[in-house]
Amino acid sequence: MKISEIKELLSADVLCGEEMLEEDFCSAFGSDMMSDVLAFVNDQAVLLTGLCNLQVVRTANMMDMRCIVFVRAKKPTDDIVELAKESGIAVLATDKTMYVSCGILYSNGLRNEAVNN
Amino acid sequence: MSEPIRFHFDVDGDNFSSAGEASVQVKRMLRQIGIPAEVIRRVSVAMYEGEINMVIHADGGNADVVVEPGKIIIILADRGPGIADIELAMTEGYSTAPENVRSLGFGAGMGLPNMKRYTDDMKIESVVGEGTTVTMTVLF
Repeated sequence: MKISEIKELLSADVLCGEEMLEEDFCSAFGSDMMSDVLAFVNDQAVLLTGLCNLQVVRTANMMDMRCIVFVRAKKPTDDIVELAKESGIAVLATDKTMYVSCGILYSNGLRNEAVNN
Repeated sequence: MSEPIRFHFDVDGDNFSSAGEASVQVKRMLRQIGIPAEVIRRVSVAMYEGEINMVIHADGGNADVVVEPGKIIIILADRGPGIADIELAMTEGYSTAPENVRSLGFGAGMGLPNMKRYTDDMKIESVVGEGTTVTMTVLF
């Protein structure tokens, strides 16, 4: 699934990484607990989270993830977006909840299995 | 590579939002010297969890990374409260982190287990009231 499709499906704003909109990913992970991301992510490229701090970006960076979707209308501050930009990570923000966001993306084909991101 | 390459960092204990900066730098430097991506991920995740631990529990400390042929050693040393029961601390889900740390996305009792999971060897030396040194080795 392309970031541009994630944006459409979740009615999300793109806060950085516009140049990555056509990048195609096949799996995602959702959690507010960064330790779970560090424990369970295995090549999933997209992170959905309702946590909104710099550690989200560093955690995604550690796991080589390429796109963060902030759910539940969380508004990442400028320093979060700036760090994501430096890390080459696209940032989206949606008003939808975690459950709804994950459900929409999953049912449209963005699964959890890491394949070849 | 014949001589080991060493990196040293002071981990600032005062500021949670800067926690992880050393690990991000290590990741970048390991990439520059051509370490395989999967090895870099294991090293940087283990170090990141350790760095977070040092900030949460020990008011910061020192991080050293030594790159030798075929292995990377991470040494995290702090002068925090120490760990009274290391076996208990290693239990997934066991945490002594304050509640506010949970709202920051950590403190779920996954830090030490994650560090062990991502490394080939992990040694914890700790004296209550004096501090803790964690030495992790990743082979490749």
